[in-house]
Amino acid sequence: MNIYVLLKKTFDTEEKITVQGGRIEDDGAEFIINPYDEYAIEEAIVQRDAHDGEITVVTIGDEDSEKQLRTALAMGADKAVLINTEEDLEDGDQFTTAKILEAYFEGKDADLILAGNVAIDEASGQVGPRLAELLGIPYVTTITSLSIDGAAVSIEKDVEGDVEVIETSLPLLVTCQQGLNDPRYPSLPGIMKAKKKPLEELEIDDLDLDEDDVEAKTKTIDIYLPPEKEAGKVLEGEIADQVKELVSLLKNDKKVL
Amino acid sequence: MSDKLLVIGEVRDNDIRNVSFEAIAAAKQISADAEIVGVLLSDNDLTSAGEEFIAHGADSVITVTHENLKEYTSEGYGQAILEIIDELSPNGIVMGHTSIGKDLTPKIASRLSAGLISDVVDIEKDGDDAVYIRPIYSGKAFEKKAFEDDFTFVTIRPNNIPALEKDTSRSGDVTAKDVDIKDLRTIVKEVVRKASEGVDLSEANVIVAGGRGVKSADGFKPLYELAEVLGGAVGASRGACDADYCDYALQIGQTGKVVTPDLYIAVGISGAIQHLAGMSNSKVIVAINKDPESNIFNVADYGIVGDLFEVIPLLIEEIKKVKA
Repeated sequence: MNIYVLLKKTFDTEEKITVQGGRIEDDGAEFIINPYDEYAIEEAIVQRDAHDGEITVVTIGDEDSEKQLRTALAMGADKAVLINTEEDLEDGDQFTTAKILEAYFEGKDADLILAGNVAIDEASGQVGPRLAELLGIPYVTTITSLSIDGAAVSIEKDVEGDVEVIETSLPLLVTCQQGLNDPRYPSLPGIMKAKKKPLEELEIDDLDLDEDDVEAKTKTIDIYLPPEKEAGKVLEGEIADQVKELVSLLKNDKKVL
Repeated sequence: MSDKLLVIGEVRDNDIRNVSFEAIAAAKQISADAEIVGVLLSDNDLTSAGEEFIAHGADSVITVTHENLKEYTSEGYGQAILEIIDELSPNGIVMGHTSIGKDLTPKIASRLSAGLISDVVDIEKDGDDAVYIRPIYSGKAFEKKAFEDDFTFVTIRPNNIPALEKDTSRSGDVTAKDVDIKDLRTIVKEVVRKASEGVDLSEANVIVAGGRGVKSADGFKPLYELAEVLGGAVGASRGACDADYCDYALQIGQTGKVVTPDLYIAVGISGAIQHLAGMSNSKVIVAINKDPESNIFNVADYGIVGDLFEVIPLLIEEIKKVKA
């Protein structure tokens, strides 16, 4: 089976966000594999081990993205592709990303493409479904279980807490939700092997794309931090009095009762 | 020529979800004099749902009823909506940022080669142009976005843009359209309902959420009682779900649901960053926790340091008094 994983690097969850001149300041920030993409990598490994085949991890990023790709290779992916847009693209959006990936997937004959259901930075959740549509293959988002039998696929999908049981077929794109699996940590031999696994670097020229073909449809005008919240009030006194005070504050000051 | 905006509504158990009414209000904010065309899909008759949509601000409604629209699939809904778009050539589309909205809108946007600004919590006007505000980095920052061309496509986060008052004196056409929905490659075989009955968590005005401090499934009982008195819903932190005190359907946080109720009462929740990502934009936050050092007190408007099993029953009594 020809398996692909779409990977994005994101800020570490614990990272403090600072804004400089309407942009997120990322100097010195720790980057990780988007946590939902880890479910995608793990599931790709499970499926490859069950059905044979090869896993290619694809990311769009800059030269620093090699770190996250090597981690995916150390987990067990076979090959990695970095589409480096640092020199060519200033401000892409989800349209841009999907168009680049469409060009990359031309002639690739993917059986299964896995992605995270959302990236924790911009949280649009668009790229997976957009790409599936461009490639003309079906997709299922927020999956929590995947079983493949020949070309037949049975999936459990999380729908706001309910579970849908879905039947579909390969080729297919899925986006992964928490609960699908427990991503493994790279093993030491895995890390050693990853250093020698193939990592191909491409630019959008190599995909026969011009900047114009992938020009963003949306623009970011500003980025800002939420207003500093006034320090909360921790109530004092007997518990019964605190409760009375709380209810009065909610009713009279905040008018939410 | 004035704008024509499609608002895709969601019908669940024959009722329109509240976020769909909010989407109509959002469309009016985007363009005050736009013609608003509602779109409703189901395997049932939608005449009365259509009228409900008009009472909430739509100028007309197009309905598609087909047996293959019983359960949502991106392909089934996509076929119906793309045909309507083809016929009406709207300038934009607004929908709720729900499970269906998140799944469907990127497909439509991709087909239309359009931009899509998702999870919008507020709309500002810069002259005639709309500017969309959405949270990023799990609510730790916000971005203002706009479209490069003149096609608008947004999904709105539930509970942020108020719906218009219902006005039953409004009138408009509800037109049933025939669309053949066929060749579906994904089929929903079964839906296992796990989300609790009653108030929908993502649309609730009041949420009482429990964490590990609740200590057991039984410990959630007073939380349900409090939620009932407040007309709200019960939620939970990941810790409480992992410990099996409640179903994952209730989970609020980075994974799980993102909520913005008017009142969020966090009970026995420490306030891990992943939990804050799901609720920190709530309008008023109350924290009840034994540990005064809990991080949740840093985001709370009001805190009570104490044993929840002592505090909650008192709170229920006191609220009953002021509500009486």
